[in-house]
This record gives sequence, C-alpha cells and structure tokens, in this order.
Amino acid sequence: MTLSKLKSRPFRIPLALALLIAGFLTKNPEVRTGLMVLSYLIAGYDVMIHAVMGIIRGQVFDEHFLMSLATIGAIVIGEYEEAVAVMVFYQTGEMFQDYAVDKSRRAIAETMNLRPDTANLLGEDGQVKKIDPEEVKTGDLISVLPGERLPLDGIVVSGVSQLDTASLTGEALPRPVKPGDEALSGCVNINAALTIRVTRPFEQSTVNRILEMVENATDKKSRQEAFITRFSAIYTPAVVIMAVLLAFVPSLLIPGALLSDWVYRALNFLVVSCPCALVISIPLSFFGGIGGASRAGILVKGSNHLEALAKADTFVFDKTGTLTEGRFTVSSVVANGVSEQELLSLAALCEKHSPHPIAKALREADKFPLPESLLNEVYETPGEGVAALIGSEETLVGNAAFMENRGIEVPENKNGGTVSHVAKNGVYLGSIIMEDQVKPCAKEALLRLKNQGVKRLVMLTGDSESAARKVAEKLGIDVLHAGLLPQDKVSRIEELMAGRDGRGTLVFAGDGVNDAPVLARADVGFAMGALGTDAAIEAADIVIMNDDPCKMAAALSIARRTVLIATQNAVFAISVKALVLVLSAFGLSSLWMAVFADVGVAVLAVFNALRALKLQEKDQKCVLS
Amino acid sequence: MISVLKIRNLGCASCAAKMERKIAALPGVSEARVNFLTQKLTLNVKEDCLEDALSKADAIIKTIEPEARLIR
Repeated sequence: MTLSKLKSRPFRIPLALALLIAGFLTKNPEVRTGLMVLSYLIAGYDVMIHAVMGIIRGQVFDEHFLMSLATIGAIVIGEYEEAVAVMVFYQTGEMFQDYAVDKSRRAIAETMNLRPDTANLLGEDGQVKKIDPEEVKTGDLISVLPGERLPLDGIVVSGVSQLDTASLTGEALPRPVKPGDEALSGCVNINAALTIRVTRPFEQSTVNRILEMVENATDKKSRQEAFITRFSAIYTPAVVIMAVLLAFVPSLLIPGALLSDWVYRALNFLVVSCPCALVISIPLSFFGGIGGASRAGILVKGSNHLEALAKADTFVFDKTGTLTEGRFTVSSVVANGVSEQELLSLAALCEKHSPHPIAKALREADKFPLPESLLNEVYETPGEGVAALIGSEETLVGNAAFMENRGIEVPENKNGGTVSHVAKNGVYLGSIIMEDQVKPCAKEALLRLKNQGVKRLVMLTGDSESAARKVAEKLGIDVLHAGLLPQDKVSRIEELMAGRDGRGTLVFAGDGVNDAPVLARADVGFAMGALGTDAAIEAADIVIMNDDPCKMAAALSIARRTVLIATQNAVFAISVKALVLVLSAFGLSSLWMAVFADVGVAVLAVFNALRALKLQEKDQKCVLS
Repeated sequence: MISVLKIRNLGCASCAAKMERKIAALPGVSEARVNFLTQKLTLNVKEDCLEDALSKADAIIKTIEPEARLIR
C-alpha cells in the first residue's frame, strides 16, 4: 500500500482489533455499538476516503469502493458486527500482504546487494579520493582494500590477492589474481590491497549489467501472469454484476424470499471480487525464483524464460567449452623413426605462435622445447595445420587433410581424440593424439537432467565423429551431430524443434563463442561461463556465470519449482474464491469466509511465493560424484 | 523508443494491471508494462508521441490510484 497507510496501519489496526474484541465481550448494548462504530471508523476511514475518490474519478470496480459497499451494505441489513469484523480483517490482511511483498522485495534486493557505493580513485599525486563509481573513467587507477567489493571492471596493475566471486558465480572457491589479470566488479577482495586500471565505465561494468538484468527480468511477463491479468480484468466486473443480480432478482422471483437474506449473499460476492491475491502472487513467485537463481550464479533474463525452461524436454549442448573444458591435453604420441620427445618438440616449435587450443596443448606437453631461433618461416592454414622451416628443413604439423593435400599418406586414426600429424621434408614422422577433458561435473549434470524428466540430450560439435562419439558415450548423450560448421548448428536446432512432440521446449547450452544465432533460435538459450563475455550475455536468455554444467540442472529445478509455486497460488486462489462464491450463492457462506477468501488467501499466496526465493540444498552447489 | 519511469506509491497489484491496459492503449504506445514489484513503468512509444503519452499515463495512474505518481 501507499507509504502513508503503511506508517499508520501498525498502530491503527491493532487498536481497531482491540476495540472489536472489547465490543464482542461487552454486554451493554449501547457501549457495544459505540465500540463497534469506533473500531469500524478507525479501521476503515481511509478505505472509505479512497472509495469516494474512486467514485469521483469513475472507478466503480475499485477495491476500496467494493469493500466499503460490502460493509456498509452489511450495516444496513443489520449485520453490523460482521461489517466491522470484515473491515478490520480486510485491513489486517492488507497489512500482512504489504509486509510480505515488501519483505520479498527486500530479500531479493539484498541478494543483489552488489552495488558498490564508492570507488577509491588513485590520483597522480598518489592521493586516494573516494568518489562515485559512475564518475570513474576508463583508464583511471583505483585501489581496492581487503574486504572491499570491486566497484568497476579492470586489470590488476599491482598487488597479489584472491577474489571472492561467490556473489557473481555462486562459487565458493576464491579466484587468485596477480598483476595483468582481469578483475571483475562485484567480486570481493580478500587478502591484500590491489591497484586496478579500470577498463570499462560503470554502466558497462559486470555488476551494473547483472543488476539491471535481474531487476528488469520481471518486466517480461510469464504466460501465467498474462493469463491472470486477463482473467482479473473480467473477473471483478463479472462478480460485481452477479452480486447485483443475486441481490435483487431472486427476491423478486421467489415467493417469500427475504431481500436482506439475498443482499447478504450478494455482499459476500463483493468481498471476494478483488483479484489482488492472484495478480500479485504469480509475478512475485517468478521474482522470487529469479532472485534465488541469481544467488546460485544463474542469471535469468525474464520470467518467460524461466517458464519455458520448466517445460524443457530436449537439451542441446555444444561440446567444446560446455561439456568439455575446451582445453586439450596430449594423451599419446606415435613416433616413426624419431623419439616421442623429438616429435613433440618439432610440433610444439611449429605451433609456437598459434593461439589455437591444440597448439597450446602441444606446447604444454613439450617438456624440452627447442630454441626458438631454429624457427625460420611459418605458414598457417587455418583449421588445418602449419608449415614451417625449422633450420632449413620443411616441417608440417596438421590434420589428415593437411597432410594428404601435400601428398603425405597418414594412417587412419581408430582410437578417437583429435590428431596432429607431423612430417619433415616429405617424410611422415608420426602423430600426436590429444583429448579435450570432459568437465568433472558434466556426467552428473546430465544425469540430473535425465532424472528431472528431460527426454533427449543432444550434442552438437564441429569436431570429428570419432572424437565426439567418445565424449557422447561417456556422458550418456542420446543424439550426436558431429562435424558441423557453425551455420549447420542453427539448421540442426530447427530440425530438432520441428521434430519434437507435445509442448516440451528445447534448450540450447553453449559457451557463447560463435553460437549467438543458435542461442537466439532455441526456446531457451543458456550461455555458460559467461562471466566477463559480453556477447554471450547479450544473446542468451539464461546466463550461467561460471562454467559448471551442474548449474543447468539447478536452473531447471529452480524453474520447475517456481512454476509449481506460481501454479499452486493460481489454483489455490481461484478455487477458494470460486468455492466461496458458490457457497454464498446458496446462502452457505458468511462474510467471515469471504474475507478469508480475499485477504487470507492473498497472504498465504504471498508467503508461498516467498518460498521460490529459497534455494534448495542440491541447487546451491554442484555435488561431485 | 523505450522509456522507463519510476512510479511512486503504487499500492495495489490489480490497479497496476489496470493502468498497464489503459496506458498500452494510448496513441503511439506499442507496449506498456507496469511492474508492481519494481514499481516501474516501461513504455515502448514513438518518439514524437512520448510527451503526450507520458502526461496521459500520469493522468491514468492518478485516476486509478490517487496517491500514485509518475516520477519524471
């Protein structure tokens, strides 16, 4: 309710309640009436003022007007005790409802309490000045003391410390940082003071983008909410019209019917005619669910996405970076006529300057690197391999196609994995087999998705069939599409979406690199490990801040729970109201029941919605098996 | 263009829904969202209709909830 009412209610309502109880206990009829009238006025004067203001403005279906009409009607037909009680309980209920709504708003705001108030700007003279983070410019130096939250994104210039990223990623392990590392706003500095060069203005900082995203998530209506708002637009006028008919028609048609009896039944209708419980509890449930998810490092961009996720029956994964680490390690070396070490060193030297993950793996595996001065000329064929002059010898490192194009026969690779072949002066020297490590949590994550009723697990990858098959079998993937080019992924998603049965939705999870179109095309797009990558945050519907696949299972269970709570609220509120309407029509209900159906249900629904904010144990962390 | 404004003293959820319906029907407004939880009005409105839409939205809000105000 409005602020003025919020302030006065905690004093007025208990007073009105006390007077009401005193009235009931008093034998003297005059004193009793006096106490009742006083109680009614104290509890309901503002309702009546609002009612009058509403009528002046032509708002007949206004909640206050209907409540005033119902209670004054009850007084007129002589049910004045009930009238007073209804007004007092209505106000009590409203008070609780406001309290609960306010509490949940705060609870969510607190989970998102990441916004730093000040930044310690380092001046050129070495002086520290506390200023608003919005005033800090790109390139400025700021200092962050232990225990402080980083106000802006930047690169560490000096200091070695650890950052607590829990409020961004839900991850318990601190992240070590040293000069040259990226440090993101919203993290808390743990050990030692850091000096950071700011790389982005506040509006574009990680923390600000996250806050805006979560705050605006409820702007996107869920279908449930859209349904309820449409329903409520018809509900109130319909119930009021029924009340008018009920009050006067039967007493004219049925001989011997008492007007006051039917009016009383009609008053019940007026009391239950406000749809507030419904209208508030659905978005509040989603608000709670989104807030809870953000605490687990899962950012949901809209209620509608949470709702779509809850109905997921197909999960499609990009392999590299989503289910696997995206880091290759050498698993075996097959050398012909040279030592394994020689082969590795040759390959690593050729790939000395390539940023490709395979090149990185080769360099990491090479324990005795050859001097770089031997490397003379390098030609890279993207996606295939490298030709280099080592000393004066032409050395080739690349995949089978790369070798065959240069007239070098290579043996067939039978044991899966990604292979780099090596040749020198046209002579085949052997191959190095590398594997991308499956994330430790991936199997468990997929198992949990299956246990939650996901029917199909699909893996899409640009890798070769043999390399992908191994991963797919290990993880229990149902359908595998390998050897895909980026543009093929969209058409595969479209095929999968066309071929599904029923109302289940399709979820795509990728690391956000090169798969923005796919993220956009799927019913729900998950971006993994998106902390700090802008493109993925833009394209996805749900963003997982770290790269833990278990968060997908957690997101699904949060989504299911949220939708369940919202549904419970809708069904509960509608059925209690319907029941009271039917009972009232037959004269079996009282205003007491009606007032419970109105505010009592609203309060219960709001408290139920608050449950959506609470994370379940299993969703808080990924349990490694 | 999208315009986001705060509404102060927005008291009841079904009133918010009512405001939303009426504001969405204003000329030049293609989308309106009155978010009760964040107490915000989000409007998708043609640029030249913005001023007109805002003053009408303010009037609608006041009519439905006398104490509520659009903060500009």
